[in-house]
Amino acid sequence: MPLSRRKRARLFRGVQYAVLAAAVLVFALVADWGTLRHAFFDIEVAKALFPDIITTALVNTVKYTLLGFGFGLGLGLVLALMRLSQVPPYRWLAVVYIEFFRGVPALLVFIALGFGVPLAFEVALDMNITVMLSLGLVGAAYMAETIRAGIQAVPKGQTEAARSLGMSSGRAMRSIVIPQAFRIVLPPLTNELILLTKDSSLVYLLGLSLGQFELANFGRDALNEHKSLTPILIAGLLYLVITLPLGHLVRRLEARTAKAR
Amino acid sequence: MQTDRDPVTAHRAIEVEGLHKSFGALEVLKGIDFSVERGEVVCVIGPSGSGKSTLLRCVNLLEEPTAGRVTVAGTEVTDPDVDIDRVRRRIGMVFQSFNLFPHLTALENLTIAQRRVLRRDRAAAERVARANLERVGLSDKEAAYPAQLSGGQQQRVAIARALSMEPELMLFDEPTSALDPELVGDVLAVMRGLAQDGMTMLVVTHEMSFAREVADRVVFMDAGIIVEQGVPERVIADPQHERTRTFLARVLDPAAAGISEATEAEAPPGDQREP
Repeated sequence: MPLSRRKRARLFRGVQYAVLAAAVLVFALVADWGTLRHAFFDIEVAKALFPDIITTALVNTVKYTLLGFGFGLGLGLVLALMRLSQVPPYRWLAVVYIEFFRGVPALLVFIALGFGVPLAFEVALDMNITVMLSLGLVGAAYMAETIRAGIQAVPKGQTEAARSLGMSSGRAMRSIVIPQAFRIVLPPLTNELILLTKDSSLVYLLGLSLGQFELANFGRDALNEHKSLTPILIAGLLYLVITLPLGHLVRRLEARTAKAR
Repeated sequence: MQTDRDPVTAHRAIEVEGLHKSFGALEVLKGIDFSVERGEVVCVIGPSGSGKSTLLRCVNLLEEPTAGRVTVAGTEVTDPDVDIDRVRRRIGMVFQSFNLFPHLTALENLTIAQRRVLRRDRAAAERVARANLERVGLSDKEAAYPAQLSGGQQQRVAIARALSMEPELMLFDEPTSALDPELVGDVLAVMRGLAQDGMTMLVVTHEMSFAREVADRVVFMDAGIIVEQGVPERVIADPQHERTRTFLARVLDPAAAGISEATEAEAPPGDQREP
């Protein structure tokens, strides 16, 4: 054998770097930078987006997400407790709910709530309520399963200790088990928040008025107006402004959980 | 609250009659009759799987007995109409694995049940809690979280937590079994102090020296029944039954027991492998 295993590995890695560098070089030479720049980063278009893209669109995205998350978290906790209930019908109801809303596209839920409910019941829901229900109903199904797993991850000895001190089962759940369960599920719940941030873009289906635009809708509107992809790029970057810190938070929380064990 | 028709029973801390407990097909307790007087310290010893922990857990109904009656300080806990939460307030319980609440500080571990169950206000609960932390020698740890404490310190906080409810009796389920040997002494010292103060105690333990020194009575259990019981000098120093003798020989001379176990555990000849 002329080459040792280590030398061969090093050679292979070198070839990979060379291929990558060549590809980048070819792309840089072939690309039409002027057009690309105009399409993706037109300074004039970008300037026109501010400050509305922050004061309206970003704020609305955050607002819709928090509304949906808050409602979904509350409903998810109720569903998780139902799922763990001693009463079988509660368990069945929770399972049916969770399987249904996890199984159908969020898009359908939005259409149902945005158009179906007002038509069928002849009521006009406030936009914020509609958004909260649409995002929350779907989010709750996922969060319920996460919270249930968290509750079950709290050692049985915790409940036994609480009951031994004379706490009722409900009191033990509220004061001892649920606070610990939430610590355990904080990383996956933060992940859920990231998913909801992106899903909040689905509200465009509901037919928003100008002041109600969130990032995706705002970007699409500006795209039509300026015939440039710049608004989409900037809207995308602003999503990252929200989701990247959350993602970082998840990793820190996970590291903390790993250390505590 | 308490009728006077049977003053002897009325004054007993624990009264167990015909207690059976099965987990599925496995019968763990096969008819237990025994009682603990007020102020008495009773140690339950026996091999693992003998049902001693299950017996203890039946006293405060952490395990539901399959049959039989359990009466604590005059209240029959096996009566379905009894509010078990009220009875449990009067029974302190200490677990092998401490079971402190990890999301609360030592002080909060001691106050939460006082406040939520006994409805004491914060100041009163903290006064009681601090007194009990001092009693177990951990006044300086009130702000520490359980994870910041050693096993021995955690178990002492757990004892203080139970004491903060001002119980009439205390149950100890192998309180030192999960501890490193050098930390056992502090916990036993706290328990010795409790016994001297007249606390009624039912202790499942493997600490023979503690049983011999502190217990008023030792109960030896094996295979779901009480084999023999009596003052420690008799049960530990002069056991009447062969099973008790075998068990004590193993526990008191672990070196010899260890050797015999190692011999028994040797792999069968057919399974020998060259390293």
